[in-house]
Amino acid sequence: MMKSGLNLLQSLLALLAGGMALCGLVGAAISADADILLTVTMGLGALTLVRCVFRPISLWLDGLASVLIALALVLALPRGAAMPGHYWFAMVSAWGFAWLFVDQLSGEIRRGAVPRKTMGLLIPAVFGVALLVVWEIVTRGANVPPVLLPAPSAIGAQLANSAPILWADFVQTFVKSVIPGYIIGCLAGLVVAIAVDRSPFLKAGLLPIGNFMSALPIIGIAPIMVMWFGFDWQSKAAVVVAMTFFPMLVNTVAGLNAASSIERDLMRTYAANYWQTLLKLRLPAAGPFIFNALKINSTLALIGAIVAEFFGTPVVGMGFRISTGVGRLAIDLVWAEIAVAAVAGSAFYGVIALIERGVTFWHPSVRGGRA
Amino acid sequence: MSVTSITSSTTGTGVALPVVKAEHLGLTFSTNDGDVVALSDVNLTIEKGDFVSFIGPSGCGKTTFLRTIADLEQPTSGTLEINGQTPENARKDRAYGYVFQAPALYPWRTIEKNIALPLEIMGHSAQQQAERIKRTMDLVNLSGFEKKFPWQLSGGMQQRASIARALAFDADLLLMDEPFGALDEIVRDHLNSELLKLWDRTKKTICFVTHSIPEAVYLSTKIVVMSPRPGRVTDIIESNLPRERPLDIRETPEFLAIAARVRDGLRAGHSYEEVV
Amino acid sequence: MNRVLPILTILFAILAFWYAAAIWMNAPWQNILNGRANLENVPFLEFAQQTWAQDKPVLPAPHQVAAEIWNATMGLEFTSRRSLALHAWITLSATLLGFVFGTALGVVLAVAIIHNDATDRSLMPWIIASQTIPILAIAPMVVVGLGAVGLTGLVPKALISMYLSFFPVVVGMVKGLRSPEAIQLDLMRTYDANPWQVFWKLRWPAALPMLFASMKVGIAISLIGAVVAELSNAAGGGLGVRLLTGSYNGQTIQIWAALFIAAGLAAVLVAMVGAAEKIVNARIGVRA
Ligand SMILES: Nc1ncnc2c1ncn2[C@@H]1O[C@H](COP(=O)(O)OP(=O)(O)OP(=O)(O)O)[C@@H](O)[C@H]1O
Ligand SMILES: [Mg+2]
Repeated sequence: MMKSGLNLLQSLLALLAGGMALCGLVGAAISADADILLTVTMGLGALTLVRCVFRPISLWLDGLASVLIALALVLALPRGAAMPGHYWFAMVSAWGFAWLFVDQLSGEIRRGAVPRKTMGLLIPAVFGVALLVVWEIVTRGANVPPVLLPAPSAIGAQLANSAPILWADFVQTFVKSVIPGYIIGCLAGLVVAIAVDRSPFLKAGLLPIGNFMSALPIIGIAPIMVMWFGFDWQSKAAVVVAMTFFPMLVNTVAGLNAASSIERDLMRTYAANYWQTLLKLRLPAAGPFIFNALKINSTLALIGAIVAEFFGTPVVGMGFRISTGVGRLAIDLVWAEIAVAAVAGSAFYGVIALIERGVTFWHPSVRGGRA
Repeated sequence: MSVTSITSSTTGTGVALPVVKAEHLGLTFSTNDGDVVALSDVNLTIEKGDFVSFIGPSGCGKTTFLRTIADLEQPTSGTLEINGQTPENARKDRAYGYVFQAPALYPWRTIEKNIALPLEIMGHSAQQQAERIKRTMDLVNLSGFEKKFPWQLSGGMQQRASIARALAFDADLLLMDEPFGALDEIVRDHLNSELLKLWDRTKKTICFVTHSIPEAVYLSTKIVVMSPRPGRVTDIIESNLPRERPLDIRETPEFLAIAARVRDGLRAGHSYEEVV
Repeated sequence: MNRVLPILTILFAILAFWYAAAIWMNAPWQNILNGRANLENVPFLEFAQQTWAQDKPVLPAPHQVAAEIWNATMGLEFTSRRSLALHAWITLSATLLGFVFGTALGVVLAVAIIHNDATDRSLMPWIIASQTIPILAIAPMVVVGLGAVGLTGLVPKALISMYLSFFPVVVGMVKGLRSPEAIQLDLMRTYDANPWQVFWKLRWPAALPMLFASMKVGIAISLIGAVVAELSNAAGGGLGVRLLTGSYNGQTIQIWAALFIAAGLAAVLVAMVGAAEKIVNARIGVRA
């Protein structure tokens, strides 16, 4: 190992990746149905073993080996049948090369040898792509029943095919239920928090109850809301309101107390009145807390709306599509719907995080960069 | 994975090596908004048994120099040897005890457990630990506070606890960064003379950062005056005061003469402010 | 006393509001009933009592829910299909199983993340991102998918609970294990402590408060996961199933009872984590 310039973990990975490629080569030689492209790339992978005895090789070669083997493997996947046994060596090998690449790259970043900004993004991207590739290979290669887990390519195809349905569901659930419910719930929590803030008595009573309520499975009120407000979006919005209200209440009350006593004394020396202190000191100081609630709530709202739809909807909506899709075993469509939900959820969160960055730029957690 | 073999070069019975030997030592921090020169061309030799004070305006690199000795920062130029070894090997030899500018006690450990921390790490037996804890806690006058948590103590008491922690494992070299900055004058006097007695008795080598001229003169055999940016040593003053130092030595003419020289050195270091 | 009085006042206000709302919301149906029975000019007090005693009220009165909870737990054999205690136990076992595995997995992963740069850089962004997506939405699919390969009952639900409780624990533990300040790490370095010692003597105790905070979030969300998972397998039982069947049959009292039991469970579970936290904190001396 001395010649390879790697640490222990990396050496093991190098051995694993190269060794698996070698095993794959042997397997291809023995079996009759060897894919030419795959065999060539695995030969390339096995060649990297020379680093053990000869000299270190560039990490980019490891990355290249990983990409080539993975690509060849995906192309070689048979349709509608399990793949030959020796293909599995190729998958493990590709994974090993990818990991080795990422491990070396992060070492380089730490050493400052490569720019942090771009390469820092490359690493999670590699992980995400690797996950998708392994998913594709395992589901198709092992012929996993689509009911259990469809291949990403199948989900992608479904996404493209059912775009109109998915869009209608998105509008029903996200635009009509989540957004109004979220706005009403958050505003109500904020207003109530400011209202009770003036009365220590109310605060002492509401805060523990609010804290308690935040931990409860409020989502369970969905069937009740469906009975009260009907099948359409109003009942979903009501669930969202109930779910987002308490986190906002609790966080805002805590945030309004976040200003330090020195800062408050300062306002006293100016003889500032209640509203001046609230607007100029306490609300800004509460900013990080309020945004914390807004972020928590963005996830809760989407969950609330989708799950509430399990209890009854008109024949449109993301939750509806998921529950009926599961029943009809239209799993591709369900996964496509989940992909939409994932993107919508992250985008929602991302927008709020961006606004937070702009508004509470002064807070250490934002200044520090890393969340 | 790289286990560097620890070959102690002090095994031979030849001439005593200097404890700290810095030659043309320089350290530059590269930060996002440019380079900061914290040390430049520092030449300093500290012999075994020396009590060296570092004095100089805030930001002149005193802490940085101590941290470099402790292998917490890497010099960017020049050489630095501790007991004839690299700082890294000296650290692995547990060659020094470090008292930080802040107490850095663990809030989840009682005072005695905090003092036990280095002993646990260095693998002392439970009995040895108990004995050493008792001894060092007596030394810093904290007996009776063994079971308290750090945050139940005053700032000065916390600092004394952190001194006790550095003394607990009997390293020959003590690096102390403004250890008495947070204490009142009387306690400070007391700890100063205790520290002197300890130094005299144990023949330890001590590097001591302070902002107080009387404290520096009272304690030291050697006073290093530093000037800010780029941090360099402007004067090294050898003190000829006897090792035995009662508190009222501070009124003698010899004492005052040394103090005046230190003050002049500091003034000279500050003069850059008038130029800029 | 000072702290109890405000809480009691608010609770009392909620109760009063609830009874009033019950009258108001149940009144239309009660009027129809009374009209059919040719009852006219019912005095208000009597009318109120009528609205609090309907069979399938729009909003059941608190005492109706309390009575239903009592009957369905204490009044029935534990093995009865209608026993809420049985259903609560089904949900609880899935919750706990998932929570324990999720927490263990989360801690292990957090340790890996803080000790390996590559793991940190490749996994952390995805873990944080996946917190923002509505993971709960996949619950029915996991249940049905696993059911297709013959895995039913406890395991699929526990898997969802595990999945949900795992995220807050990883994120919290990574934060906690990284919380020691530079000066404390420097101190360990001056002792030439090995990574094992740095971990057990510094990082782990420093991370414990975060661990408990995330465990509280994790156990609450585990319960939610178990309940939602039950919605897709009506045969399996559990509080989620009670909610679902109640909503199909318009059995509002049953829904509210199941809801309150679930709330009670959540409260007890969170309180138990809180109690464990208190004990550990007292032992390691964190300020109360
Ligand atoms: N980690 C760091 N990164 C960048 N610059 C640093 C760092 N640590 C110290 N410096 C800079 O190095 C210089 C010397 O700092 P140092 O802490 O050694 O000063 P000091 O003499 O101990 O001051 P004080 O008496 O205030 O404690 C300062 O200008 C400081 O800004
Ligand atoms: Mg300093």
